[in-house]
Amino acid sequence: MTFNGWLQIAIYLGLILAVTKPLGIFMTRVFNRERTFLDPVMRPVERLVYRLSGVDENHEMHWTEYAAAMLLFSAVSMLLLYLIQRIQLHLPFNPQKFAGVTPEHLAWNTAASFTTNTNWQAYAGETTMSYFTQMAGLAYHNFVSAATGIALAIAFIRGIARRQMKTIGNFWVDMVRSCLWVLLPFCVIGALLLVSQGVVQNLKPYDTTKLMEPQQVQHINADGKPAVDAKGQPVMDTVATQTIAQGPVASQEIIKEYGTNGGGFFNANSAHPFENPTPLTNYIQMFAIFAIGAGFTYTLGRMTGSQAHGWAVWAAMAVMFIAGVTVAYWAEARGNPLLQGVNQQVTALQPGGNMEGKEVRFGITDSTLFGTVTTDASCGAINSWFDSYMPLGGMIPLVNIMLSEVIFGGVGAGMYGVLIYVVLAVFIAGLMVGRTPEYLGKKIEAYDVKMAMLVALVFPLVILVFSGVASVHNFGTSGISNPGPHGLTQMLYAYVSGAGNNGSAFGGLTVNTPWYDTSIGFDMLLGRFFMIIPMLAIAGNLAQKKYVPPSLGTFPVTTPLFSALLIGVILIVGALTFFPALSLGPILEHLLLAAGKTF
Amino acid sequence: MKQNLKIAILMTIVTTVLLGVIYPLVVTGLAQMLFHDKANGQLLTRDGVVIGSRIIGQGFSAPGYLHPRPSAAGNGYDAANSNGSQYGPTNQKLIDRVNADVARLHAENPSQLVPVDLVTASASGLDPDITPAAADFQVPRLAHERGVSEQQIREVIQRHTMGRQLGFLGEPRVNVLEVNLDLDQQFPMNKRAAIAQQSVAVR
Repeated sequence: MTFNGWLQIAIYLGLILAVTKPLGIFMTRVFNRERTFLDPVMRPVERLVYRLSGVDENHEMHWTEYAAAMLLFSAVSMLLLYLIQRIQLHLPFNPQKFAGVTPEHLAWNTAASFTTNTNWQAYAGETTMSYFTQMAGLAYHNFVSAATGIALAIAFIRGIARRQMKTIGNFWVDMVRSCLWVLLPFCVIGALLLVSQGVVQNLKPYDTTKLMEPQQVQHINADGKPAVDAKGQPVMDTVATQTIAQGPVASQEIIKEYGTNGGGFFNANSAHPFENPTPLTNYIQMFAIFAIGAGFTYTLGRMTGSQAHGWAVWAAMAVMFIAGVTVAYWAEARGNPLLQGVNQQVTALQPGGNMEGKEVRFGITDSTLFGTVTTDASCGAINSWFDSYMPLGGMIPLVNIMLSEVIFGGVGAGMYGVLIYVVLAVFIAGLMVGRTPEYLGKKIEAYDVKMAMLVALVFPLVILVFSGVASVHNFGTSGISNPGPHGLTQMLYAYVSGAGNNGSAFGGLTVNTPWYDTSIGFDMLLGRFFMIIPMLAIAGNLAQKKYVPPSLGTFPVTTPLFSALLIGVILIVGALTFFPALSLGPILEHLLLAAGKTF
Repeated sequence: MKQNLKIAILMTIVTTVLLGVIYPLVVTGLAQMLFHDKANGQLLTRDGVVIGSRIIGQGFSAPGYLHPRPSAAGNGYDAANSNGSQYGPTNQKLIDRVNADVARLHAENPSQLVPVDLVTASASGLDPDITPAAADFQVPRLAHERGVSEQQIREVIQRHTMGRQLGFLGEPRVNVLEVNLDLDQQFPMNKRAAIAQQSVAVR
């Protein structure tokens, strides 16, 4: 670990702190439909969208209608994505002439994945998807699934802020305003900034270049395995050219992070030099991942009239972020003790550490910082492979997702996720003093706590059932690429990532199989929509309640004590649920590695 | 319900056109206009032939060239198949691969431990860079093969070493392709030696 490394982490958190207030105020104005500086450009576009799609922008929705509109939109756009994938050969912008995505379970998995803001990828982008599918199918969903998340979080905050009202806003208006005001302008500027650093943005066919020195490489058979002859000797090919994949990357790259989606244009995601060519693009991408989540804490404070509460939530998130990045950074900087004759120390000429699956330009700091940020939020973009992390280093992304990604969190999803924990924290505080709990002037009653518990329970239930089934059947265990306890971690991570709508992976697991594609598809849909419905129910219920002025017995939600209690609840609910699984995976692997055991 | 279904269908179409077609095409147009070279992948040409991208790694195994990191992209530096090895830290295959590479490199330069990035596969399999430590490790071999002093090799490497961006971002690094282009230009190997080296390179 180096001074410069800590400096990068500190400046990063400083930038997130700096963007919280301006972005929070901006989002408040956007969703209160007040004037903003973007109105002269966006207002006409907004009106056109409403006219073409038949939206009445002054219509207010009950929470059930809000939920129905959201579900219908998700279903229709998911169907369209499935269709685009299947018929991409007959659509434009397909210079590599990629056939329709097969088999069906892969197209289904990908459609579910991008609709739920997960961006789990059982395919490799540069060998599967046409430019049209990437732009109009995948990047499109990066916008609307993020906008849906933002809309839902705003609806929840309205539920807290409103008094004795039956409605929580209009889904269509919230979704469209998210796209046009919050997401699109930043993406146009951000995409061009990325291109200026070397992220590609073109529609041309892949380039073929002549290698400076032709290489002898082992032939790969049609089944993807390295070829050997009858005597067991490797069969070699001479390779004299390099095919370089291209595409409209930057426009997708920026929304991939800013919308906390995470699906890479290329298989290697943000490790690929065309997606993330410099340390500056890496910093921009990390900034984009946390920006909206951080801004939302300010929006929460402003819309509910308790700015200090917003900052108390921010502080709880920041503490958990620092804890996570510290452990991951420490674990990876130590290097792998099993490697002999290798210099893994920090020197003037190298950052050292465990460099398997990491890029030189990012080193240990920017790899582990990115890895922590992408799983604190429900992003799932990666610039280094978690599968090759040290056991405890790889456990941090896993734990981050298990905590429901509420550390700044996915756009919108992080906010409504943390508010569920806030409801539980307030409830527990109420139990301790023996009074009906109140939250920002609203009584928290049995119905609200039941719904919050439903959210808190569906998540582990989905994960543990699926990974339990996978770990005792051949269709599950046959996907494992790293044997030993690491194999359990691979499977567990897949379902945690799916249900958490993260999308990052322990990439060695073979997941493009009927079992994994289908089960992870359901995992993602359940993890998204079975959280949203009870969450909206709480919002609708809170909106119709009377305001109760705070009294001596009200637990204040603006103090460091509240932040500490919130962290405690998140850790207890999140981590303890999964502790047995963690102890059989990464913790056991860590102990065996210390004893020098390999698999 | 029926009303919202109708809106959902129309909204999907309208937003797909706006965000899925117009937005990326506008960005493509602007990018091509403002940053033509960067937007197209920073391709390098030599004698009129495109020989690679400045920021995409390619394989080098002849002793006269600076060597990149091991690659797990396809069967090695396949820029249409980016990937890492995905080996876990306790996977015996990882240990075996590292041991074999360490043995080979140690024979070439017994004076120091092998820098870690030189025996670990990058995340993309297309890492264009190595650390200054990994470049320094290869200096004696390059000087010997090119028949020049170590200092001359170090000067070439120095020219293609990038420090931290803005003074604090990322890690210092050496671009392998740029160094090798420069080496060929400054200290060309004669043709016979080059052919001999290529056959040595088969391992």
